[in-house]
Order: sequence, then C-alpha cells, then structure tokens
Amino acid sequence: MKQQTLLKLASQSILKNKMRTLLTMLGIVIGVGAVIVMVAIGNGAQASIQAQIKSLGTNVIMIMPGSMQQGGASQGAGTFNRLTVDDAEKVKREATTLSAVSPVIMTRTQVIGGNGNWRTQINGVSTDYLTIRDWSVASGSLFSDNDVKSMRKVAVLGATVAENLFPGGDPVGAQVQLGHVPFQVIGVLAKKGQNATGNDQDDVVLVPYTTAQARLSGFVRLGQILASTDSPDGMPAAQEEIRGIMRESHKLGEYADDDFTIRNQDELADAASSTTKVMTYLLAAIASVSLVVGGIGIMNIMLVSVTERTREIGIRMAIGARGSDVLTQFLVESIVMSVAGGVIGLIVGFGGSALLGHLTGWNTATPPSAVAIAVGFSAAVGVFFGYYPARKAAALNPIQALRYE
Amino acid sequence: MSNEANTGTPVIEIHGVTKIYKTGSNEVAALKGIDLTVRQGELVAIMGSSGSGKSTLMNILGCLDVPTEGSYSLDGSRVEKLSKNELADIRNQKLGFVFQGFNLLARTTALDNVELPLLYDRTGTKKNTRELAKQALEHVGLGERLDHQPSELSGGQQQRVAIARALVTEPRLLLADEPTGNLDSHTSVEVMALFQELNAQGITILIVTHEPDVAQYATRIVEVRDGRIRRDHPVELRRDAAADLRNIDADVVSDVPADRTGAEAA
Repeated sequence: MKQQTLLKLASQSILKNKMRTLLTMLGIVIGVGAVIVMVAIGNGAQASIQAQIKSLGTNVIMIMPGSMQQGGASQGAGTFNRLTVDDAEKVKREATTLSAVSPVIMTRTQVIGGNGNWRTQINGVSTDYLTIRDWSVASGSLFSDNDVKSMRKVAVLGATVAENLFPGGDPVGAQVQLGHVPFQVIGVLAKKGQNATGNDQDDVVLVPYTTAQARLSGFVRLGQILASTDSPDGMPAAQEEIRGIMRESHKLGEYADDDFTIRNQDELADAASSTTKVMTYLLAAIASVSLVVGGIGIMNIMLVSVTERTREIGIRMAIGARGSDVLTQFLVESIVMSVAGGVIGLIVGFGGSALLGHLTGWNTATPPSAVAIAVGFSAAVGVFFGYYPARKAAALNPIQALRYE
Repeated sequence: MSNEANTGTPVIEIHGVTKIYKTGSNEVAALKGIDLTVRQGELVAIMGSSGSGKSTLMNILGCLDVPTEGSYSLDGSRVEKLSKNELADIRNQKLGFVFQGFNLLARTTALDNVELPLLYDRTGTKKNTRELAKQALEHVGLGERLDHQPSELSGGQQQRVAIARALVTEPRLLLADEPTGNLDSHTSVEVMALFQELNAQGITILIVTHEPDVAQYATRIVEVRDGRIRRDHPVELRRDAAADLRNIDADVVSDVPADRTGAEAA
C-alpha cells in the first residue's frame, strides 16, 4: 500500500474519534512540552553561566600561586606564593604559544576623588590585560607600555568606581587618591557586569603593575598571571609551555611539585556548567517520565481500539489485507497520533518556556535540536507503545474477527 | 442451464476436503470429505442448516481457512497449502465477499468502502482506484450515493455497497454468506435480482444460505448436511428475481406472488 494511502487511512480512523484522540495526544503533548520547558530552563541557566565565564576574556589561562605542604598537610592554594613579576616577564619573553601575558597585582584600598571615596579592588596590570580580558575602555585610554616602564601614576577606573566617585560626570583627567598616592585618571572601562561567582567586575581600578608594586601594595608577589592564546585549540600546548617556563624560572628539580597552579577558562566553565548540566538532565529525566506515561496512554487506547475494531480488522483481512498491512495501519495510527502530539507539545513547550522566561525573568533557551529530539522521541514512543497493539491486531484470525460482536 | 454450466472452465475444484477442529482432546469433523466443482458462469446456492458445515466450507472456499486434508484449486491454481499472506493476496485478487451483516466500515463513505480492496492490491495493475470504485457503485445502481455513510443507507443499499466492494477487484468468484439474512423479503428479492443480473453478465457466484426461497434463484443447489454433500442438483424451475420484484410491486397486498407456488413445488 502506498505511504500516502496509509497516512490517509490512519488520519481517517484517528479523526473518527476526535475526543478520544485529543485526550490520548494530550499525554504526549504534556510530555514533550514538559521536556522542552525543562531543557529550556536548564539551557538558559547554562547559557547565562557560560556568558559570565566568557566575560572573563577569551582563551584565558591563569597562573596562580601554588599550595604549600606543611608536614604532609596541604595548606591549600595560594598559601605559598612565589609568583613574581620576573615570572610574568619571563613567560611573556619566552612563550611562543601565547598572544598576551599580564601580571596581576591585587590589593584593596580606599579611593578618594570626585564626590567622595570608595573602597575597591586595585589591579596592577600590564597593557596586555585588556586584550586578555577582552575588555575595552569606554572613554579615555589605557596606559601605555611607556607608562608601565616609567611607573607613571595613572589609573583606569572600572565603571562602578567611576559612577560612585563621579556620578554623571567624566572622570578622565581628574585626580584620585589611591591610598594616599595621587593618580591621574586617564580612562574609564566599559561595563562588564557580574562574573560567574556574582562579583561586580566593574568595581576595580587598573594601574600599571610597576606602579602598583612600587607605590601601593609593597608586595613583591603577584596575585596571578593572566595569559591568553589566539585560539582555544592552542590552550593545552600553551599550558604545557607555561609550566615549563615557570618550573625553570622557579628552578624546580625534576621531582619537585609545581609551586603554582595553571587553570584555563574552559576548566572553570566546565566546573560551573557541570552543575547546571546535571540539573538540566534531572529536569529532562523527570519530564520524560510524563512522556512515557503519555506513551502508555497511547498503548492503552490502541489496545481498546484494536478490540473495538476487531470486526473492521476481519473485514480488511477478508478483502485481502495481509497481517503486515494491518500491523502497519495500527502502527501508523499510533505514530501519527504521537507525532501530532509531539508537534503540538513542541509548540506548547516553546510557548511555555517563552512565557516562563517572561514571567520569571529567567533566561530560557530552547536548543534547535529540541525540535528533532521532541519529534524523534514522540515517534519512538508511538512505535514502541503502538507495536504491541498493532501486532495483536495483525495476529487476529479473520474468521473469528469477522464473527466478533 | 446445466449443460452450459458443465462446459465452463472450473473456477473451484475441491476433492476430498475435510476439516477437523480440535478442542482439547476432542476432535470435531466439520467437513468429512467434500468434492465440488463450480464452473465459470454458475450461480450456486450452498444450503444447509446451522452446524451442517456450510460455514466451514464457505471459509475454506473463501481462502479464509485451509482444509485439514484434501485439495483445492481456485481458478486453476492450488491454494490449500498457501501461507497466510498468499491467501490474503488470493482473497484480494480472485475473490469477492458479501456478508450477512454487510460488514461495511462504519463512518466511512460508500466510495471509500468500495475503494478499500483496491488499496490492498499488490499487483500494481489497479491505478485509478477512485474511478474504479465509482464505476463499481454505479454498476450496482448506487451512483448517486457515493458520499453516503453506511448509517445513511438502507439495508438493501448497504448490501449493494458490499456487493460493489466485492466486485471492484473483478474477482473470479463472488462469495456471498447469507446475503439476505438481514434483509426483509422485498429487499432480499432486490438483492437476488442484482445477483442474477451480475451472473447473467458472466460473474460466477456462490451463495451460502439456509433459505429455500433464496436458493430458487440459483442455477444449482448444493445441500450440505453433517459435513457431507447430500444433494447437488440444478434448479429446474429457476425463478427470475426481477420478474418477482415487478409482481410484488404490482400487487403489494399479496404476500405470495402468483408463480411462487409453482416454483416451490419444483
């Protein structure tokens, strides 16, 4: 029998019992709809976290102070800080795989200037810093290599700092005091928002690392060294290279542990998204239960339908339908029903997640693959739960089926 | 009439057909060795009371069931050992069924009902299925009722749709199982008139019935009792259903048409 005819016959018999078909499909509609909404919520959460991680910069590698062992007990990361400006400069000089390297000296201090004062994070960095962080200045400019070399007292304010000290005004050219040292503001950073852990990334002041070391922190040690590669593919090789240079710089013997830690952005992203991934899977798994329940509903109705239509099956067989024709017919009916339910569920799911996003302000994102998955899964449900009733129909004896009252 | 029948090619030839049903340890022989030949152009009535084995015979002749023993050739090819699928194809291509309860698909138009056998056709020779279905319905005088559903048709009309469905594949043999069983006497005669008309056009028809009145319209009567053929004889005073119909319509008061007594006596 032609496929077109099969579809026509299936639609005909499905439409003969509209209410029943509708209710049966409802199970699949709810199942598919629920899966899509859940996946949309999970994906949305993941997307926002990824976006935040991305705000760190592109292809960023972090070199952080290592941990110290005291009598066999690890004291945790950062307890043994041997990162120095020399390390950063050596990495910058020798690494061939990196596109940018910047030391980061971190300190907190009170900033005085404009309308008041503000306690904030001061980062002493090199000119590569903005490249690594994929950041730009909104007004003014960043300090130059010359400024770094000559330890000029120039500062670039984060958006939050600028807003608090100079509300409504342009701070470029103004004087601020970091601690008690006067600095000239030469630029304001573009707004970057929160990072993955919810900290305001704009609450910062950037100064040349040389100046920071000499005038502000007094530390010789660095908070971290940031570096970046041109492409994500280059990251593993770059990490290896950095490790070699750092070990050499720290004169570590063959068997000595690293006294620093190298992390890349992907690891951070993976760590952050693994939680939401688990959540997404969990939500989808719960939602799929309703899909299975919907499938059982289809099976139930198909079984009823086979019993109810025993005579019809007998007639079809008497006039020449093979068992396989009957099997196909019932299978197609259940697939048509479940796929139709799946498509409606898809629409409901898209609408539902959009509505939910609108009402709650959550970020919801339905991946395009959800369409294929929803339709594929509902078809699979149709086949799986339709097969048994269809086989039952096909196995009927035509004589008994014809006599069935 | 019988001479003519004896010269036609055999459509059905069965020899020594038995059918034994097993229920637990009991064996019930429904057919105990039947030989029967039906030739092209015959209108045969198979008669028998319930339990006589006529339904079993009908099922075997209709390729719905296979004999326990014996041979059956339909239209020249042996069918007693065919698989389920092959039997289904034979039913589709060579047989047309008319049932007592009409057995039309409910909530399905006459045209769709008649088209149905063509949809199961595997020979690929029947392309314009809708046109063929329409022609078959016109053939039985229902050209005006194509889009009516069974519930909108009278019993006689429903049986005509069923006959159109049986004819649409141009079968070698039309099998009718108690075709008048659910019809009043007037409609019964109408349906028999249609059968006679189709038979006159050369279609071989086999009717299973327990009504002697109905059998009188056939060219030959085969009586089955206890799983065996008891009598097999041509109908000498064969009645003309179309003429009966005219008489009934002319004389609605009288239940029995004038020539009926004569026919029954024969």
